[in-house]
Amino acid sequence: MTEADEEKVEVVVVGAGLAGLSAAYVLAQAGVDTVVVERGDYPGAKNVTGGRIYMHPLRHYLPDLWDDAPLERHVTRETITMMAEGASTAITLDNDKFREEPYHSYTILRSNFDRWFGDKVAEAGGFVLPKYRADDVLVEDGRVVGIVMGEEDEIRADVVVAADGVLSLIAEKAGLRQAQQPKHFAVSAKEVIELPAKSIEERFNLGPGEGAAQLYFGTLTKGMLGGGFIYTNQDSISLGLVVGIESLMEREPKIEVHEILEDFKARPEIRNLVADGEIVEYSAHAIPEGGINAMPKLYSDGIVVIGEAAGLGLNMLITVRGMEFAVASGVMAAEAILKAREKGDYSADSLAHYEELLKDSFALQDLETFRHVLGFMENPRLFNFYPQAVCDIFTELMWIDEKPKPKISTTVIREGVGKFLNWSTIKDGLGMLRI
Amino acid sequence: MNVETKLGLDVFKIDKDAHIIIDQEICRSCEDKFCLYVCPGKLYSVNRETEEMEVECSGCLECGTCRIACIHGALDWNYARGGFGIQYRFG
Repeated sequence: MTEADEEKVEVVVVGAGLAGLSAAYVLAQAGVDTVVVERGDYPGAKNVTGGRIYMHPLRHYLPDLWDDAPLERHVTRETITMMAEGASTAITLDNDKFREEPYHSYTILRSNFDRWFGDKVAEAGGFVLPKYRADDVLVEDGRVVGIVMGEEDEIRADVVVAADGVLSLIAEKAGLRQAQQPKHFAVSAKEVIELPAKSIEERFNLGPGEGAAQLYFGTLTKGMLGGGFIYTNQDSISLGLVVGIESLMEREPKIEVHEILEDFKARPEIRNLVADGEIVEYSAHAIPEGGINAMPKLYSDGIVVIGEAAGLGLNMLITVRGMEFAVASGVMAAEAILKAREKGDYSADSLAHYEELLKDSFALQDLETFRHVLGFMENPRLFNFYPQAVCDIFTELMWIDEKPKPKISTTVIREGVGKFLNWSTIKDGLGMLRI
Repeated sequence: MNVETKLGLDVFKIDKDAHIIIDQEICRSCEDKFCLYVCPGKLYSVNRETEEMEVECSGCLECGTCRIACIHGALDWNYARGGFGIQYRFG
């Protein structure tokens, strides 16, 4: 056996995130010789989410895998808060459905979770190789035949699975996408703040094991596209902020992400929730916001692109998603590879089956359905005018002083008509019909 | 808490070589300098003496925001070498 033969595997997956590990898990279970290359010290060492993970898609694509997964709290309370200057209005959804097993969604810390998932892949017979960074693809006769790591190492494979995350350097090297544009991405900064479980449950009105997911939008992003979030973990709170990279570049006067995060934390609504907590980690992550308009080519001869590397993430205004897209795309890529393996044909034509599967699933269909959300969110009124208007009307209704109060209907009609009946808001209303 | 202190809470394995290389020629003629304020770690700065753009790679969170924001193409950007850079314990 020559040296080249020894270093040949059937599938090499670049990146031990949810997408890469899902693909590797399915392939390893089917007996495919699979290596996952991970640049961190362990799977999860480089991975960040907000975050919360929706379980129903995961259970559909990988049944029975998640029973002993290290998840944090199952989310029983959803809150969306509109923030204005010195005021905020929140809408909270409590639903008994969120307390029924199997649970709808969980808060999650990826370093724990991905490490566990890496072990599952290893148990299934996959090989996870940490501390190796894939630098390039090996190309022969116009087709991808493996990856290059550093100056000396390479791994040859029938097919390369690019699961290297949002920047997707491997897809770029393979010529599957153009340079990334700032308008298609947001940056997120997050703190993990430790608090005793009891304090978390008291402050957020939760039972043991129950969690809260809170999204914030409005003046906190200072006119820029974005928002804030809080997710309660078992013994900590994930608190962070997301801002569109292009909005950040264009804003005058300039402001930095960590400053916006500090201002957000200083608000009384937030300050009291995290009081006396200890920050134990600061993280950042770029988020694909471009939707279906910003996706790379998903396959070529000898390569498929999955997860965030494929631009699979979706901001649906009141829900933000990504991890279930990662798992679903990983499983579908694996299925396409298994089919290609039966035929012994890893050409683009054969791997095109992966895209067909994606098109038949929620992944591409939801991206298609919500393709206008980004354009809708580029409207600064969404972050300045509306939250302020809502808070003003509520304040007017709630405020009692020595003067006689007008009728509720008078206040609502006067304020409502005054604020919400003009050309801009009608235009926004019509725009809303597209999302 | 300032951002330097926050970065001090994270686990970094520091490489001797920088994983982000800056093309000073492009930076000199760049009026935008988006890198100075898009980086969540506030790692870019202009050296007062040399007037060169500098990046403190040892505190890099590897989010890639600077890579996306530097539309002038001054960054030869890579992730930290395998086994180096940020190692998230929570993520």
